[in-house]
Amino acid sequence: MSKPILTIKNLTKKYGENVVFHDINLSVNEGDTIVIIGPSGTGKSTLLRCINLLTRSDAGEIWLDDKEITCKECDEDKVRQHIGMVFQNFLLFNHLTALENVRLGLTRVKHMNPADAQLKAMQELERVGLLDRAGHYPGQLSGGQQQRVAIARALAMDPRVMLFDEPTSALDPELIGEVLEVMRKLALEGMTMLVVTHEMGFAREVADRIVFLEKGSVVEEGSPNDLFYHPKNERTREFLWKITELYGKKDTEQGNG
Amino acid sequence: MVSWFNIFREYLPSFLQGAAVTLELTAVGLLIGFVLGLGLAVARTYGPKWLRVIAIGYLELFRGTPLLVQLFLIYYGLPSLGLTLSQTLSAYLALGLNSAAYQAEYFRGAIQSIGESQMTAGRAIGLSRWKTIWYVILPQALRLVIPAWSNEPISLLKTTAVVFLIAVQDLMAKAKRAATDTYDPISSYLAVAVVYLVMVFILNEVLKYLERKSRIPGFEMESKKT
Repeated sequence: MSKPILTIKNLTKKYGENVVFHDINLSVNEGDTIVIIGPSGTGKSTLLRCINLLTRSDAGEIWLDDKEITCKECDEDKVRQHIGMVFQNFLLFNHLTALENVRLGLTRVKHMNPADAQLKAMQELERVGLLDRAGHYPGQLSGGQQQRVAIARALAMDPRVMLFDEPTSALDPELIGEVLEVMRKLALEGMTMLVVTHEMGFAREVADRIVFLEKGSVVEEGSPNDLFYHPKNERTREFLWKITELYGKKDTEQGNG
Repeated sequence: MVSWFNIFREYLPSFLQGAAVTLELTAVGLLIGFVLGLGLAVARTYGPKWLRVIAIGYLELFRGTPLLVQLFLIYYGLPSLGLTLSQTLSAYLALGLNSAAYQAEYFRGAIQSIGESQMTAGRAIGLSRWKTIWYVILPQALRLVIPAWSNEPISLLKTTAVVFLIAVQDLMAKAKRAATDTYDPISSYLAVAVVYLVMVFILNEVLKYLERKSRIPGFEMESKKT
């Protein structure tokens, strides 16, 4: 029996008069993979940034493991250790090798001793299949490899939840597969994941639940099967149709064939 | 031409002594300026409002007034406030405080070119703001800054010449001495100009080496030469 690991209650974010999203409610069970989809500008990325407190929400609460993390006196640096985040543009530390990127948080945040940190960092690189690139600098890695290092860097902190903000949007088509493969593996290992993506193949195959966000609120949520084949809302149907046209052709063809 | 060479040879030991003092002044001034300048740049970029205001005020003050005025204020002015510093100490202080203002602007430019995203990346793995600045932003900024910052040691080395006006025995002071002794200012100052030139040349080579050493593979800013 899985219990909610992350609960979002009536979360609202606005910039001045402009409401990014309002009254978002979301409950994520341990081990679940939730995929958030929706047109651009509907606050998907901002929602992820609010969850690991990179952006402050204006109202509502976020609970992680039965503890509120949005309280005034919450230590945001502590909270972020338990929430891994992967960005669209990788954001590796450019002056450090792949291994040093993964190790930095272990030595400087978790204060592990250097030998243990080294070992752990190498394990995490192996997990994303990049042990042989440990000594390479970000500038010497392909986009797909950089993103996998970024995933390893987040995983090294042993987070309770992993947030992915369009992790494949900045990648060349032939590099998307390797990143999705790593994410698929993580989902199978039971990592709790919140993924913003336009990769409908991934969503359909890996997601336990899909949340359709539009104009700052949840329009519909449900299992991939429900959303893809029996969407209740007209807007969901339209959006999925459009996005499958654009991105998902290959998947549909594979599905049919 | 003959007199030029004779003066150069005769006064070489004296010039070398002066050159050593000049190098010392440059090194100490550069070091004070580096530490203070880096502090000012970080304060101005990441500090709270009041600290930013102080940093900007400092820059305006020290870049807006001549070094010579600052030097005289420290050497001749401070004693009337009950603080008497030796000539050398006054020179160190004036050069360091002045250089800090210029170095701060080089550092600030480099820090800003790193961008907000590296800060976001650092915070996302749980590093505090200051730790991110220390472990992520500054190591990158200090590499990026080298080409522009390389102006400062060279400029400072030549600027130190003003300290002979408070009788610090630097290279310029030795030149003046030679000129007075020999009644041949052209030859004396030409000889000293050569010494300055050689020092700048060597310093430039050191800086180029530093730039090569600190390069991050795959992160070169300039395009590869063919």
